[in-house]
Amino acid sequence: MGFFLEALFAGLMSGVLYSLVALGFVLIFKTSGVFNFAQGAMVLFAALAMARFAEWLPQWLGFESALLANIVAFLIAGAIMCVVAWLVELLVLRHLVNQSDATLLMATLGVAYFLDGLGQSGFGSGIYTIDVGMPKDPIFVLESVFPGGILLNKEDLIATVIATALVGLLTLFFMKTTTGRALRAVADDHQAAQSIGIPLNRIWVIVWCVAGGVALVAGVIWGSKLGVQFSLSTVALRALPVIILGGLTSIPGAIVGGLIIGVGEKLSELYLGPLIGGGIEIWFAYVLALVFLLFRPQGLFGEKIIDRV
Amino acid sequence: MRVRNALLAAVVMTAGFSSSLTTPVFAQEQEQFFPLLVFRTGPYAPSGVPWANGFVDYYKLVNARGGINGVKAVWEECETSYATDRGVECYERLKGKNGGATLFQTMSTGITFALTEKAPGDKIPILTPGYGRSDSADGGVFEWNFPLTGTHAASADTQLQYVASLVGGLDKLQGKKITLLYHDSPYGKEAIPILQKRAEMHGFDLSMIPVTHPGVEQKSAWLQIRQNRPDFVLLWGWGVMNSTALKEAQATGFPRDKIVGVWPSGSESDVKGISGAEGYSAVLLQPGSGPDSQVVKDILELVHAKGEGTGPKEEVGEAVYMRGVVNAMLSVEGVRAAQEKFGVGKTVTGEQARWGYEHLDLTQEKLDALGFHDVMREVKTSCADHMGSSWARAYVWDGTRWKLASDTWFQADMSILDPLVKTSADAYAAEKKLERRRADDCQS
Repeated sequence: MGFFLEALFAGLMSGVLYSLVALGFVLIFKTSGVFNFAQGAMVLFAALAMARFAEWLPQWLGFESALLANIVAFLIAGAIMCVVAWLVELLVLRHLVNQSDATLLMATLGVAYFLDGLGQSGFGSGIYTIDVGMPKDPIFVLESVFPGGILLNKEDLIATVIATALVGLLTLFFMKTTTGRALRAVADDHQAAQSIGIPLNRIWVIVWCVAGGVALVAGVIWGSKLGVQFSLSTVALRALPVIILGGLTSIPGAIVGGLIIGVGEKLSELYLGPLIGGGIEIWFAYVLALVFLLFRPQGLFGEKIIDRV
Repeated sequence: MRVRNALLAAVVMTAGFSSSLTTPVFAQEQEQFFPLLVFRTGPYAPSGVPWANGFVDYYKLVNARGGINGVKAVWEECETSYATDRGVECYERLKGKNGGATLFQTMSTGITFALTEKAPGDKIPILTPGYGRSDSADGGVFEWNFPLTGTHAASADTQLQYVASLVGGLDKLQGKKITLLYHDSPYGKEAIPILQKRAEMHGFDLSMIPVTHPGVEQKSAWLQIRQNRPDFVLLWGWGVMNSTALKEAQATGFPRDKIVGVWPSGSESDVKGISGAEGYSAVLLQPGSGPDSQVVKDILELVHAKGEGTGPKEEVGEAVYMRGVVNAMLSVEGVRAAQEKFGVGKTVTGEQARWGYEHLDLTQEKLDALGFHDVMREVKTSCADHMGSSWARAYVWDGTRWKLASDTWFQADMSILDPLVKTSADAYAAEKKLERRRADDCQS
């Protein structure tokens, strides 16, 4: 039972991190109808910018404070992500208005490859560290109940708190701010939003910028855990089953979907994996999502698709 | 304008004069082409970049020393991103360039598997020092493959011998629990047969946990390890899988001094900046790191000091960089051996180079003279033995650098390896309808 609970908690904490990446997909899809395949590349690009500037700034400016370097690097990386958002809107999206969904998807695929290459050319292809002081050692709870206790990873716990706070902030942003309301209006109906004076182009830049910010936070958390390296961009692949399951248009769906996938893949690897050779958790997440789609094609919280015949 | 042109001419002449002082003159401009299948991008780039830089720096050193008996080494890189399909594409693109490829070093076990069937048709040897197909050590079947200085099977065997030395001998492994945490790829799976054989012989309990490419998701694996509480974890990772394993070990409280890697898990990029990696050890088929070796001093003096270094000076001498250096040296020495038969100072073909690799005799004296003293030990190949040797040493990461765990050199136990290699090679021959080479064929 102790082992089961350990796996369950580990899955839940991984799930929160998947949700964080999935949020980036959902934000952009909700407001622009674009399935942004470049979200993973944005996570890598943002994390590379953060890691490298945190390393370079003390050398360039001659100070030693790691905290200051991290804060400034975070701000620079955030600004870079907004510039990327602006360029994507200016050079890609603006020219593809009214094109098919497949065209837009392929365009973001191109952006993904471009960002992957640009990131490695500009910032390097090594493994870089983001040291924001996250604790690395585990804690053990309920030692009196279970032999050896239940292991919890402090780093994952903190990451969960940060991710939860970010989701809360985003919800507040969407519900309480003028820009957030404008974003929701665009999401509901582009033409209606435009007719009351909401500038679509600016809204798209803002939403890509917000998605870039989410990518940065995800990149910092994942980068702190794994090191900043090319594989971070594949983290996005872990978020795909999450959005299949949670629905492409729902923020709560991204969160609940993340938790289900996180728990599902850990339990499947630990209990089913040994029976069929192991190494199943990555594809099992997709199987889980696909099985779910059989019963609920729009995802857990996605909008029901009704087509007039 | 005239003044500017005069200045420009002076600069060009000065540059030409100074380069004529530093660059050896290759009288007839004979060239030997070494294609390089590198992976400077992608998930494994942290290992691929220094590995490739080691290769290129050594070829530059060879040319700075006057070439291979006067023949200039030329090379061209092709980026594979460690993907097998791109590796095959690079092979096709480069095999006929610059007068024809001398050989291919795939830098990937997956690409080796793909090219093994192509090489005999194109008459190009495939060198896989320390990696590739373990059964290709059997030159009787794999005429064109050369896993010089050891195979993954040799890695696994020497790794286990080191673990045994930590517990007091092979007989003390009885009843121990050992977990193999491996990259779920042709490379990672190469460890399994030899470890299973050893488990059967010595009575230890072997459990195996595959990790899916690229290896960033290991939470479940380490929860299993925490549940099983093995005495040792044998780490067969690659790229980011290694640093992730060490981080997860810390996150689950597994002692790092009970984790033992192999050379693909024993580069600086696997451990640098990883808090809690101290105490982790890796058994490296030769070479290990060699910052104080003569060859490194030569590279720094004749290549980097002249501003011609391929990568940063700081990486020169690191473990994976040294692998590139040694791999390049082996490719050159095979050509030198071939020249002795087919004509000193002449370019050799791939077929002639194959003869050289099959008759390689790198004595300690020769290696020392090349600057590899205390970096590697002798290698001697034959028709039957395409591996040549399997020397390995254990290193421990002390938080800043790899330190030798002891002066002991391990060597794979061939009485265990040979039957496994022969069985696998025979199965390959039967599947591909190949005949084992006859003794007289070995003279060709």
